[in-house]
Amino acid sequence: MSVSTERTISVTVNGVSRETTVPVRRLLSDALRHDLQLTGTHVGCEHGVCGACTVLVDGTPVRSCLVLAVQVDGKAVTTVEGLARDDGRGGEVLHPVQEAFRECHALQCGFCTPGFLMTMAAGLEARDRTTDITEDEVDEIVGGNLCRCTGYANIKKACRHAAGLMKDGDGA
Amino acid sequence: MTTKLMGEPVRRREDLRLITGRGRYTDDIGHGALAAAFVRSPYAHARITGIDVDAALDVDGVVAIYTYEDLVGPMAEPLPVLIPHPQLTAPRTGYPLARDVVQHVGEAVVMVVATDRYVAEDVCDRIAVAYEELPVVVGVDAAREAVHAVHEDVPDNVAARHHQETGDVEAALAASTHTLSFTQYIERSACMPMEGKGVHAVWNRDDSSLRVHTSTQASTSVRAAIAAKLQLSLEKVEVVAPDVGGGFGVKIVHPWPEELLVPMAAIALGQPVHWAEDRREHFISSAHERQQRQEITVGYDDGGRVTALDVRGWHDNGAYTPYGIIVPIVTATQLVGPYAIPVYRVRIDSVYTNTVIVTPYRGAGRPQGCYAMERTMDRIAQDLGLDRAEVRRRNLIGKDEFPYDHHLTFQDGRPVIYDSGDYEGLLDKLIALVGWDRAEERRAEAASRGKQLGIGMAMYVEGTGPGPYEGGHVQVLGSGKVLVSTGLTSQGQGHETAFAQIVAHELGVPIEDVEVTTGDTRRFGYAVGTFASRAAVMSGNAIALAARGVRAKALRIAAEVLEADVDDLEIDEGVVQVKGTPGTAIPLRTVAVLSNPLRYAFDEAARQATQFAGPGDDSKPPVAVGDAPGLEHVDYYSPIRSTFASGAHAAVVEIDPTTWEIEVVDYAVVHDCGNIVNPMIVEGQVHGGVAQGVGGALYERMAYDADGQLQNASFMDFLMPYASEVPDVVIDHQETPSPLNPLGLKGAGEAGVIPGTACIASAIEDAVGRRIAAMPISPTELYDLVRSPDAERVPAATTGVPA
Amino acid sequence: MKPAPFGYADPTSLSEALTVLQSEGEGAKVMAGGQSLLPLLSMRLASPTTLVDINRVPDLDVVAVSDDGVRVGALVRHATLLHHAGAAAVQPLLARATANVAHPAIRNRGTTVGSIAHADPSGEMTSVLALTGGSVTVATPEGSSAVDWADFFVGPLETSVHGPAVVTEAFFPALPARTGTAFEEVSRRKGDYAVCGAGVTVTLDESSRVVSARASYISVGLVPEVHDLTEAVSGRTVDEADWSAAGDLARTLVDPDGDLHASADYRRLLVGVLTERTLARAAQEAQNR
Repeated sequence: MSVSTERTISVTVNGVSRETTVPVRRLLSDALRHDLQLTGTHVGCEHGVCGACTVLVDGTPVRSCLVLAVQVDGKAVTTVEGLARDDGRGGEVLHPVQEAFRECHALQCGFCTPGFLMTMAAGLEARDRTTDITEDEVDEIVGGNLCRCTGYANIKKACRHAAGLMKDGDGA
Repeated sequence: MTTKLMGEPVRRREDLRLITGRGRYTDDIGHGALAAAFVRSPYAHARITGIDVDAALDVDGVVAIYTYEDLVGPMAEPLPVLIPHPQLTAPRTGYPLARDVVQHVGEAVVMVVATDRYVAEDVCDRIAVAYEELPVVVGVDAAREAVHAVHEDVPDNVAARHHQETGDVEAALAASTHTLSFTQYIERSACMPMEGKGVHAVWNRDDSSLRVHTSTQASTSVRAAIAAKLQLSLEKVEVVAPDVGGGFGVKIVHPWPEELLVPMAAIALGQPVHWAEDRREHFISSAHERQQRQEITVGYDDGGRVTALDVRGWHDNGAYTPYGIIVPIVTATQLVGPYAIPVYRVRIDSVYTNTVIVTPYRGAGRPQGCYAMERTMDRIAQDLGLDRAEVRRRNLIGKDEFPYDHHLTFQDGRPVIYDSGDYEGLLDKLIALVGWDRAEERRAEAASRGKQLGIGMAMYVEGTGPGPYEGGHVQVLGSGKVLVSTGLTSQGQGHETAFAQIVAHELGVPIEDVEVTTGDTRRFGYAVGTFASRAAVMSGNAIALAARGVRAKALRIAAEVLEADVDDLEIDEGVVQVKGTPGTAIPLRTVAVLSNPLRYAFDEAARQATQFAGPGDDSKPPVAVGDAPGLEHVDYYSPIRSTFASGAHAAVVEIDPTTWEIEVVDYAVVHDCGNIVNPMIVEGQVHGGVAQGVGGALYERMAYDADGQLQNASFMDFLMPYASEVPDVVIDHQETPSPLNPLGLKGAGEAGVIPGTACIASAIEDAVGRRIAAMPISPTELYDLVRSPDAERVPAATTGVPA
Repeated sequence: MKPAPFGYADPTSLSEALTVLQSEGEGAKVMAGGQSLLPLLSMRLASPTTLVDINRVPDLDVVAVSDDGVRVGALVRHATLLHHAGAAAVQPLLARATANVAHPAIRNRGTTVGSIAHADPSGEMTSVLALTGGSVTVATPEGSSAVDWADFFVGPLETSVHGPAVVTEAFFPALPARTGTAFEEVSRRKGDYAVCGAGVTVTLDESSRVVSARASYISVGLVPEVHDLTEAVSGRTVDEADWSAAGDLARTLVDPDGDLHASADYRRLLVGVLTERTLARAAQEAQNR
């Protein structure tokens, strides 16, 4: 078993295979931002509390500042840049949580926004989409990320709105 | 007819890039730059006796190491005192890198530049700085006792004695039927934007120019400071505030040491250099606010009307005073709020401590002033057995008393003259909104559930939109695009949207055609900055004036082309037309083309303006004397004085008398910021402010120990509220336009935070029947208070019961 | 806030993991979820020479439920345990406690066994291990052995395990018959480390009289402890029992410290309140089991 200080990793990021060589101490957040130049993932505290850096690893939301880049070797990572989907005509179709954030004025400075979007997208996709969202569900989905601008009212509103957009049979 | 835009909840044009990861914040710019990191003082007060960098030189990837010894010229001098004031008799500022003595934990001592931030931190770890510890002063009381001095040459620790009075307060107190005196405290919190500070500097060797991106609220002034400190010609320095991840005041301070040192290194090394402040750095080396001790004496009559008010305060300004005494001045002058105070004296000493500097945080001294005044109102009510709302009502400035002169001098050096307002209207709306008159019923209902319910209110007046000025540039291009720029910066307030609304409205163009740039000195070089709820008032009006200038010019040119009278023309959906004669029209984009007589036809639109394109009047020059080519206009708005917004908040709290947990169950806001450009954005500002108010009242504090170590310098222990801690907020608006500016606007950015501490303290006091004299308050402190035999009991409330 | 340099190994078997731990010596540190460890690394409060990441070791991500109890492998995430119906049926405290661990994104990555091995007195799962009378399995180059909870926790962030070793699983014994549980925390913000938390079990006899009442607290004391509160309520029926007496007793048994967020006195208060509340709920539940 060799101990390394640098590794070449293969990661599927937003559906695209990427290979990059990183020092083993590189945080996933830094690898995404600096090595892969996906700066949509933001770093707010680097100790796992604020949630701004939340990304999906194999579909599950995690704090990318609390994961080493080498740990996602062979895995699929989704960042905010991968949330909208291609419309096949050179444009994009926003994810319902993105639509909802815009519609509900759920962002001000936008710095915490990617973390909220990723957490909310995963949370809403995982729930039973035939039912109306409850306030407890909203609190659980929104409750683990810090925002200093909005006071959260409109983020909660956006969560309800997006859940509505994502309800089975209602598109998305 | 053009869609109505002013006053409408237009969706934000900033959002698309920010929700798709295409925003560009300072740390997103310039991959591959060298990274800076800092060795910061671990001691609150110490003399540097040696710096040994030998071990650091071996680290693979180290590029440069700088200490004070490496600073030359103006860089070796203290940082500027940004806002001098005659009463600031002992201003002190630090150096970009500490010289000799460090005055707080976190002060920068050594700058390291390396290939990346990881390596830069490795280098920092290997630099050994030797210190000789000096006595530490922490807290406003230790500062005023002055057993030890923060600055050797300021033995009493007093930076400034701020003093204003409107009459003989001692005589007025002596003549008052009732007087009472009390002392209270308010603790430190901080802006704590989600994005820390950041600087990215690129030196272009070829033309000796410097481009700096910085996460600032004042790019034009950062530019001037960099030019002065690095001895560069102003035109060789450009400063851009890109997307900024929140500011709330901390980024108005400048130049931060890093804003000078990073460009200095970029020039010296001939390579781009980057610094992204991490969260720990932000806690220990940016800025805090709020700590004050307040001793208040008030005189009043049998009806609870204030006859005299005397406030003695001590304001903790931290280790240095780069931002002068703005915060204590704001406290002193905004304390009086919506009330007519016949005789008022305020004396606030601004004192040094060995802690992080204190500079404006959203509210900027107003929360403290509001806390002083509103708790005074509560005490008068309690003393006289009157309803707290009623006592306030009796002291309000009447609707017909505007302009109302407080005979005080505001933070802008101008008189505190309230321009307009309807404070009784606010109070009536608040009482209805929160159900003030049903408080006793609710208290009984909560008691049946084992909870102690309390209600509190607080009112405020906020001087917004201070000068000296802001400017705006509006330009219509031949493509029909309308470019708008202003020098002040944005940190999430939606300026691009609000300013586009203003221009679209003033100019009569589709909002989609308007592009707004803020905070980029390449586009607009004259500005003051984004602070004091001034962006909409200052830049909004400047941009409106600039748009009106463009409109006038467009109408003049179109009138010639259409052979119509200017007064008969209108602009709608980007087309200049004769009113009532839709066929007689010319697109604004064509007017733009014609406004710039050309020799060369570089495209189809330009062809229309070339010299052989049509019959010209060869008796006149192509550009008339006094005119200028192009359909553009620059204008400035410079107010005679600030405009005064106002509001009233109420909080209902429930306390669990077994665990002493405090829950804000209702929060009501009535808000008056004059005419509103975009109510969606204004409500968002209120929501955010309230969350910070709740945070400041119940969760956030800077916990320094006696050695000056900040014990909670992380998001783990500095308790910024999550969604779970923020109550739902109900909002009602009142619109009392300002007569001072063309758009009738008053600022809205800070209001939400101002009354939080005051009204939540009042509500908790109402719930538990014990005097709350220090804020914030946590459950463990409330537990101490309720079982303390010394805690003052508060008479049973008579909320909502008419006197 | 970037980690200092370290070496990294991600062994694909337990024996490989132990080999590398042995060869790397004292400076080596095992990482599972890393949710407590990585902040310490980024703040440079910990600087291991080598991180041995066990995430690629097979068979450690298993929750094995039997009549005896629940075996939780070293790579089982809090979120998995939280939603594991089989585990909750055998030992309800597992889901009840993990629901209080931080926020979902942390629970998705953080492991239950990792938080036990971290031995933080403000961790929920350390107390649950104690309260249920559980144990951990420690693998060393010499072989695997079970270590009882009481022998495992030595001090704050300190266990009895030294040298090359991997905690491969935790075993939480099944809840006995006619036993109910409850778990509750008071924290400053939802998801924060508890200011004080309490996990309790109450066992009744056939006539619904209390035969056992036990509690373990979070953020109280240096290591997890189990307090027997039976004497305050012994022999009483669920309806008769004076749970506040048990709370009073609990207050006399604990020795909390004060910190930024709570005084020692306040923690003691909460111990009483939470004891009373949770015992009452657990007793109600015990009647139905």
